[in-house]
Amino acid sequence: MFEIVERKMIVPNLHLLVVHAPDIVEEIQPGQFVIIHAGEGSERIPLSAADWNREEGTLTIVFMEVGTSTGKLALLKAGDKIPTVVGPLGKPTEIDHFGTVVCIGGCFGMGSIYPVVRALKQKGNYVVTIMEGRSKNLLYWENKLSEFSDKVIKLTRDGSYGYKGHIKKGEDIIRETGIKPDRVIANGCMTLSYKTTKEYSHFNIPVIVTLNTIMIDGTGMCGVCRCTVDGKMKFACVDGPDFDGRYVDWEELAKRRKQYLNEEAFLVHHSGCGGI
Amino acid sequence: MAEKKTLNLNRVEMPKQPHFIRRRNFNEVALGYTPEMAVAEAKRCLQCKKPLCIDGCPVEIDIPGFIKCIADEDFAGSIKLLKEKNCLPAVCGRVCPQEEQCEIKCILSKKGAPIAVGRLERYAAEWEALQAQIVLPEINKNTGKKVAVIGSGPAGITVAGDLILVGHDVTMFEALHEPGGVLTYGIPEFRLPGRVVSREIDYLQKLGVKLVCNYVVGKTKSLKKMLEEYDAIFLGTGAGLPWFMEIPGENLNGVYSANEYLTRVNLMRAFQYPKTYTPVKRHKKVAVVGGGNVAMDCARTALRLGAEEVYIVYRRSRTELPARLEEFENAEEEGVIFHFLTLPEKLFGDENGWLKEIECSRMELGEPDQSGRRKPIRIDGSEFIMPMDACIVAIGNSPNPIIPNSTPGLEVSKKGTIVVDENTGKTSMDRVWAGGDIVTGAATVILAMGAGRKAARSMHEYLTNS
Ligand SMILES: Cc1cc2nc3c(=O)[nH]c(=O)nc-3n(C[C@H](O)[C@H](O)[C@H](O)COP(=O)(O)OP(=O)(O)OC[C@H]3O[C@@H](n4cnc5c(N)ncnc54)[C@H](O)[C@@H]3O)c2cc1C
Ligand SMILES: Cc1cc2nc3c(=O)[nH]c(=O)nc-3n(C[C@H](O)[C@H](O)[C@H](O)COP(=O)(O)OP(=O)(O)OC[C@H]3O[C@@H](n4cnc5c(N)ncnc54)[C@H](O)[C@@H]3O)c2cc1C
Ligand code: SF4
Ligand code: SF4
Ligand code: FES
Repeated sequence: MFEIVERKMIVPNLHLLVVHAPDIVEEIQPGQFVIIHAGEGSERIPLSAADWNREEGTLTIVFMEVGTSTGKLALLKAGDKIPTVVGPLGKPTEIDHFGTVVCIGGCFGMGSIYPVVRALKQKGNYVVTIMEGRSKNLLYWENKLSEFSDKVIKLTRDGSYGYKGHIKKGEDIIRETGIKPDRVIANGCMTLSYKTTKEYSHFNIPVIVTLNTIMIDGTGMCGVCRCTVDGKMKFACVDGPDFDGRYVDWEELAKRRKQYLNEEAFLVHHSGCGGI
Repeated sequence: MAEKKTLNLNRVEMPKQPHFIRRRNFNEVALGYTPEMAVAEAKRCLQCKKPLCIDGCPVEIDIPGFIKCIADEDFAGSIKLLKEKNCLPAVCGRVCPQEEQCEIKCILSKKGAPIAVGRLERYAAEWEALQAQIVLPEINKNTGKKVAVIGSGPAGITVAGDLILVGHDVTMFEALHEPGGVLTYGIPEFRLPGRVVSREIDYLQKLGVKLVCNYVVGKTKSLKKMLEEYDAIFLGTGAGLPWFMEIPGENLNGVYSANEYLTRVNLMRAFQYPKTYTPVKRHKKVAVVGGGNVAMDCARTALRLGAEEVYIVYRRSRTELPARLEEFENAEEEGVIFHFLTLPEKLFGDENGWLKEIECSRMELGEPDQSGRRKPIRIDGSEFIMPMDACIVAIGNSPNPIIPNSTPGLEVSKKGTIVVDENTGKTSMDRVWAGGDIVTGAATVILAMGAGRKAARSMHEYLTNS
């Protein structure tokens, strides 16, 4: 059993979950995820690590309440116990001295990009972090991200905070400020990953995105997370979840993601984010 | 002197749910013997002086011995004898390919009526389960040695069971949230009810085995680090990496690996959806590619989920079908349609990415290949289209690569299986043993158990002398 240390809503529909999982945090690296199963009858759902504390053995996750299983997680409170947190799964995000790296986080990705930002900074990169959300009240962790970023850019679609826009605007900013990225890394929903890829491909640099495929076991056993990258079949849970977006078959991915839309449509909680 | 028995060739049939009922429910198909049936079948056994049947059992159960006990209505004695050699009689009695193992070797097989060894084994195990109190065997006093068993399938279960009895401190680690390996996530409820497996796991825990689920060795902790904590480690991580056909269209929606389909239904209980939350599609026309037990299980699961037509598409002929005979017959009775000598070539989808049709070719059999089976050869120009809304790929599995990939120094074959010493199950790494599907590639429950037994013996020897 894994004990919940804290659960709170940090911005509308996005929850912070801190869970005691000492074995997992001892090994976890930026970009990895865990699978949580909230008990008999629930789904196993993949959620990225947003932070951890090795001394206390705690793992922090930021999740969006979109359906039944995340809805169950949103009801947890400190002291509750859940039977399954398994990981760390997937390959860590590649961290090296790349030069200038643009890190983009949207939705839950503002959380999961944080360990990536921190590790890149510690490796001596010049880190530009872009926080992206629909409106000012949906941005969070600006302070945390600022601590390890050379520059933090806020983007809101309604212009209520920072620049107005989605992804394209971010690219304009980079041109305006004269920063030439050597690598782009984006965490968030599929729309964000896809648009980032579209907008940054012409820089001829790696555009690393996490692919939020449907998953069950997360250990390479079932194959439901398969996607096509560079013409080859890959399993996102063991070969990813990070891939270079330039080589991803996005059309196929988008269709595969909708497999259970009919089954789950009646369970969906409208977050208003626009993309899944 | 015992009087000479007259041959009784009336093999006692085991009652089953009628096919027209069972094809739409997930309850167990075979209902098991009544005590009278078991005794009658047991009495047919000739109690051969040189029992050939034992040669056919990979773990060398004293078959005449346990059958004699049943014939004498000493059921406690029969289960005791069985458990000396096989810690999972309720499982093996149900899923062993008896017709190729113990039963084919039975002297009465020549007369077309081998003793129903599997059914009797199952009977004895079920009898035990009904007793108010399970008798726990004696456990040696604690040796102070710590053993980690990785994977809770039949291989791991056997090692854990054997080593706890001789007094070691055993912890079994499992990646999924429930133990049992393929017995839990793969083989369906209607063939091997979940309660049978959980009973065996409970028993192990009663003996003192510690169970840690949700623990992926190689991810949660490396094998190397575990070796700092444990005196000996057994790897029984199975063959859980699904093969695909590598043909166009395999990533269409409605195309599944057998593992995905079965895991959704068994482990995640999707057959009770929406009471449970993991969905499974209720497809109308389903093609299952492959001819083994896994393919039969998928086809019969699809039927039970309400499919109107279910096909098995197999590239060789009926003679080469690797599935257990009983399961093939059950599938046929339930209405699964068999397309032998047929090979899927391309999958076509609609504009939303859902499977619509499968293009297949007809095959003919040529010369035998390395496996000794006649090689299927495509007949040019024989292509035809099957409209289909789901395709389940059940053509095999490779060993799970997580541990080999994260463990430098562990010798692995080209096929990805862990290399071990045949007699001891010892790997190339100090203090590490392995067995079951991770060593042999996808095989059978009883072979995995046999490998576990061998490794346990060698591990015990090492632990005692070190
Ligand atoms: C590697 C990885 C890391 C992830 N990290 C995070 C994270 O840190 N925080 C977070 O909030 N989410 C994350 N996700 C997404 C998260 O797993 C899903 O939001 C979750 O599974 C939805 O579960 P549910 O039962 O609540 O919703 P469901 O009832 O399953 O679905 C509700 C709706 O969401 C859609 N949906 C189904 N699967 C996904 C999916 N994978 N992503 C988005 N929508 C989906 C459905 O089509 C449906 O419309 C990650 C996914 C992956 C693969
Ligand atoms: C659908 C299906 C039907 C079958 N039908 C029959 C049949 O009728 N008769 C028969 O004899 N055989 C049958 N088989 C084959 C038989 O089930 C297997 O040969 C047998 O289960 C192998 O046992 P094992 O212990 O080696 O591995 P498995 O049963 O595969 O167990 C391995 C376990 O290890 C876990 N694991 C993997 N990696 C890790 C890790 N890194 N850390 C922790 N845990 C890990 C897995 O999650 C799994 O639970 C069938 C197989 C399938 C898939
Ligand atoms: S374990 Fe399998 S092979 Fe051995 S006697 Fe039992 S059913 Fe036959
Ligand atoms: S060979 Fe057949 S008849 Fe002889 S002992 Fe074995 S089961 Fe009985
Ligand atoms: S989630 Fe099952 S193989 Fe990736």
